[in-house]
Amino acid sequence: MNDVSAWFKWLSHTSGIKLTIFYDSYDRSRWLTGLVSTLELSAICLVLSLLLGACVAWWNRSRFAMVRYLVGSYVQLFRNTPPLAQIYFFYFAISPLLPKVGGQPLLGSMGWAIVSLTLLETAFTSEIFRAGIEAVPKSMIEAAESLGYSKLQIFIDIVLPLAFRFTLPAINNNLVNLVKTTTLAYAIAAPELLYMSSQIWSEQTNVADMMCMLLLTYVAIIAVINVVMRWLERRLRIPGFGQ
Amino acid sequence: MTNHRIAYWKSCFLLAAMTLLSIGNASAQVDTLANIKQKGVMVVGVKADYKPYGYTDPSGQIIGFEVDLANDLAKRLGVKLELVPVVAANRMEFVKQGRTDLMIATMAYKPDRAEVVGIPEPYYYASAATVFAKKDSGLKAWADLKDKSICGIQGAYYNRRAGEEFGAKMLVFKGVPEVLSALQAGNCMGFVFDSTFFAGLESDPKWTGWGVMLPPIDPEPWGMAVKKEDTKFAAFISDTTREWHKTGYLLGLEKKWNIAPAPFLTEQHQKFK
Repeated sequence: MNDVSAWFKWLSHTSGIKLTIFYDSYDRSRWLTGLVSTLELSAICLVLSLLLGACVAWWNRSRFAMVRYLVGSYVQLFRNTPPLAQIYFFYFAISPLLPKVGGQPLLGSMGWAIVSLTLLETAFTSEIFRAGIEAVPKSMIEAAESLGYSKLQIFIDIVLPLAFRFTLPAINNNLVNLVKTTTLAYAIAAPELLYMSSQIWSEQTNVADMMCMLLLTYVAIIAVINVVMRWLERRLRIPGFGQ
Repeated sequence: MTNHRIAYWKSCFLLAAMTLLSIGNASAQVDTLANIKQKGVMVVGVKADYKPYGYTDPSGQIIGFEVDLANDLAKRLGVKLELVPVVAANRMEFVKQGRTDLMIATMAYKPDRAEVVGIPEPYYYASAATVFAKKDSGLKAWADLKDKSICGIQGAYYNRRAGEEFGAKMLVFKGVPEVLSALQAGNCMGFVFDSTFFAGLESDPKWTGWGVMLPPIDPEPWGMAVKKEDTKFAAFISDTTREWHKTGYLLGLEKKWNIAPAPFLTEQHQKFK
């Protein structure tokens, strides 16, 4: 570790490439906090949006027109407005209206980032699920019905597992999008990577160097996600199905 | 090494030598003081949007603390004063090109700035970092910031100290409106920023019950700027500033413009008395 920091110090003296995150302990801790927050934000929003996305997809097929209408408008609203405007809306317009707990707002920057990104992603995921659900052959549902499955059982045991496999490539795409969108939480001071980097570069005036570092970090995160998702797709493949 | 390379380095060397020579030549010719007296006008770059240091009044005139300084200098030289509104991005360039003879525009001394223009000592003012919070917040010392959420503006030099040394949880935004909104919503309990900025907030009825809670730290002296190679004019500025400190003229101006007393001015007054 000492060798690494010494080498980066030497690099900054000789070449002017100033990557303080490798030798300044405060900058390093900020950078790592940013990395962890970005991953945390992505992971929490992914899990929540998958769960909620399945619910929304289910409600989308509800018997009640009112529920279908409400769910439909939610999806349209969040898919068709700028994500940055949504984040600002929650943090600066909604948050001050909510009651405070012990003088503190109900949710901080990170909390609102999770809420707003989850709602955004859920809107997209539910549409992906809907397409996946519609791709499940009618005959299979009829077969399940004739075996006495209830509507919910059919959804959970038959439709969702199949739909999930149909939608994996699209979910992967969406996940990559989610990781990219977490950078918007910068606007409300959530401590993710872009926010932390911008603080480092405005203090150390190493803007270009940090920008390169930032971009490479996102390339690395997204490369890992792609590898894992490819593996999952292969792993979950049902032989002879969907080909 | 190929011939091409040698030719390249040769031309580089020549260019550098020529640049050095031309700088040497220029320094021999600059005498702003004589120039001003000959023209009968001193051109000063000031801020027009930084109340109360330099701002435009309702009638369109530029007035303020720094404008008074410019007026006093012109009076001493027995010439007329011409004001040119400048912003942070062009203020040093104007002095360098000779479009303004002098700059008095809330500019803090920085070593890299002193490489571009001459910033004569002593300095005429200093802003510092402080924290604006609710009066009942119980903040007394900087150490009280530990684990508290504190808002800041991106790029301010003391943000790091507040976070690293005093352990505040920093919430850094792009601009002042976002911070004020976050402050009112309770997302942060205080706002660390230039002490000079809070003078305006404290008189605003929207912020009654709020105030500057901590003693200012990290003072950043403000300096006037002249052409780097013009030592004669710089000496005149130095002498005048020293006299301003000595006579208490700056302290009087501070009172006139309703600015919260800066410890820097009292210190300097004691020093030169």
